[in-house]
Amino acid sequence: MCVTSSTWRWWPSAILMFGLAVAAAAASERSPDTEKLTHLVRQDCGGCHGLTLKGGLGKPLTAEHLGQWNRDQLTSIILNGVPGTPMPGWRALMSEDEARWIADLLKRGTLR
Amino acid sequence: MRQWLAVIAVAVLIAAAAPADAVEMRGTGTLGVVIERASGSVLIVDTTARAAIGRVDNLGDLSHASVVFSPDQRHAFVFGRDGGLSKIDLLAAAVTKRIVQGGNAIGGAISDDGELVAVSNYEPGGVRVFDARTLSQVADIPALGTDGRASKTVGLVDIPGRRFMYALYDAGEIWVIGFPGGATPRIDKLTGIGKLPYDGNVTPDGRHYLAGLFGEDGVVHVDLWQEPLRARRILDNYGRGEERLPVYKMPHFEGWAAAGDLMLIPAIGRHELIAIDKQEFREVGRVATYGQPVFAVVRPGGRHVWVNFAHPLNDTIDVVDTMTLKVVHRFKPGPAVLHMEFTPRGHEVWVSVRDANKVQIYDATTFAKKAEIEAKAPSGIFFTARATRIGQ
Repeated sequence: MCVTSSTWRWWPSAILMFGLAVAAAAASERSPDTEKLTHLVRQDCGGCHGLTLKGGLGKPLTAEHLGQWNRDQLTSIILNGVPGTPMPGWRALMSEDEARWIADLLKRGTLR
Repeated sequence: MRQWLAVIAVAVLIAAAAPADAVEMRGTGTLGVVIERASGSVLIVDTTARAAIGRVDNLGDLSHASVVFSPDQRHAFVFGRDGGLSKIDLLAAAVTKRIVQGGNAIGGAISDDGELVAVSNYEPGGVRVFDARTLSQVADIPALGTDGRASKTVGLVDIPGRRFMYALYDAGEIWVIGFPGGATPRIDKLTGIGKLPYDGNVTPDGRHYLAGLFGEDGVVHVDLWQEPLRARRILDNYGRGEERLPVYKMPHFEGWAAAGDLMLIPAIGRHELIAIDKQEFREVGRVATYGQPVFAVVRPGGRHVWVNFAHPLNDTIDVVDTMTLKVVHRFKPGPAVLHMEFTPRGHEVWVSVRDANKVQIYDATTFAKKAEIEAKAPSGIFFTARATRIGQ
C-alpha cells in the first residue's frame, strides 16, 4: 500500500461525508419530514407520554407496550385519538403518511 | 506583642474555619432555576443580572419537571419525570442530595414549615413524602380509590398546617393529607368528585382548591375553610355542549390568575379563558384567546394575565387586561413558548422558548424585550420568591 499518512487522515471525514450524503438522500426519498416528526414525537407526544416515551399521564409508547396494536391500529389512534381519554386525534396536524411513519417509528422503538 | 500574636492567631483561625468549597457570600432572593428539559440539567439564574450564573447536570428526565424552594431560599427541590428528586444548593450550583423515589413522577410540593417534601407519582401512583433535610422517606401513601385501583395523582399542592392536597386522576377523588405531628399522616378523602381530574391548584390564600376535569365539562371546588370538606361542582357545562377541540397539551392550573375579584382559568379544548367570581365561584365572563391556553399567569398585583398556548399555536403569548377581559398585546416570542415566570414584584417576565433554545426577558409594563439567555430546550422557570407563597 503506498498511501501516505496524510491521505489516511482524510479518510474518516470522507466516510462521514459519504454517510451523511446517503442519509440525506434517504430522508428526501420519504415524503414525511422525518426530522420534524421526530421532534414532534419527542417533544409534543412526550408532553403526556414522557420525553423517553416511558409514559406519563398517557400510556408508555415503548415498542414493548405497543406490541398489542398493529401498524394500522396505531395509525388510526394517532389520527383519530381515543374517545374518553385525553388522547387527541392529530388528523388536523398531519397526513396519514406521517401518522403511519410515526406508528412505524414507535413499533421499531428506535426514537432513543 | 502578645496582643499582635493574638490578632494573628485569630486571623489564622478564621481562615482555617472557612470551608474549602466556600461559595460567594450573597443573597438568594433574586435567584431562580430554569429547567433544560432535553439535557436533564438546570440553569441557576439571577433575575437582577438577567443572566445564568451556573448549571447543574445529571438530573435525569426533566420533561414535565417542577421545582419548589426551601424556606431560606437556598435550596431548590427539582422533581423529574423519572421519579428523581434532587436537592440543589443554589449558591454552590451543586446537587446536595439526589434520590429516585418512584418510577414516573409529575410534581411536588413543600410543606408550609419547610420540613416535608411531597412527590406526586404516576407510577407506582400515590404520593410519597420525604424529610426536606435528608430526603429520607417519611410516608408512602398509595392512591387507592374506592374502586380499589391504584390511581395516578395530579394537582399536588401544599396547604396551610403541614398539609398537602391532590386529586386522583383515575379514581376521581380529592385527598388532603396532613402531618399534624410527626410522620403519621391523617388522610381526608373526597370521593366521586367527577371524571378524570387532570390538574388542580389552591388560591394564594390557601383557601380554595380547584381541580379541572377532563372527563366532564366542569371544575371542582373545595373550600378549605369549611368543615367538613365538601367537593362542589362549578362551571358545569362551560363548554355549552359544543364539541371540544382536540387538546394537544393539557392546560395547567399552576400560576393561575387571581386578580382582584376575578380568577382566570384555561377552558379545556377551547380558545378561551373563563373568568370566575372569587366569592361565588361562578362564571362572569370569557376571554377570547389566540389558542388553547396552557398557562394563564397573573402579573403580581393582578393588572395583567399572560397566556401561552398548546401546540401548534405555541409560538404566541397573549397579554390580557384583567379589567376589560380583552387581549391588549399579542406577540410571537418564537417556537414553542412553554412557560412564563414573573419577577417577585412583577416588573419583568421570563419566557422559555424551547425550540429557539432561549429564555427571553420582557418588561411587564412596556412589553419590550430586555434580554435573552441561552438555554438548552428550556421549559419551566421558577424563582425563589415561590418559597414565600402558598400552593407553590
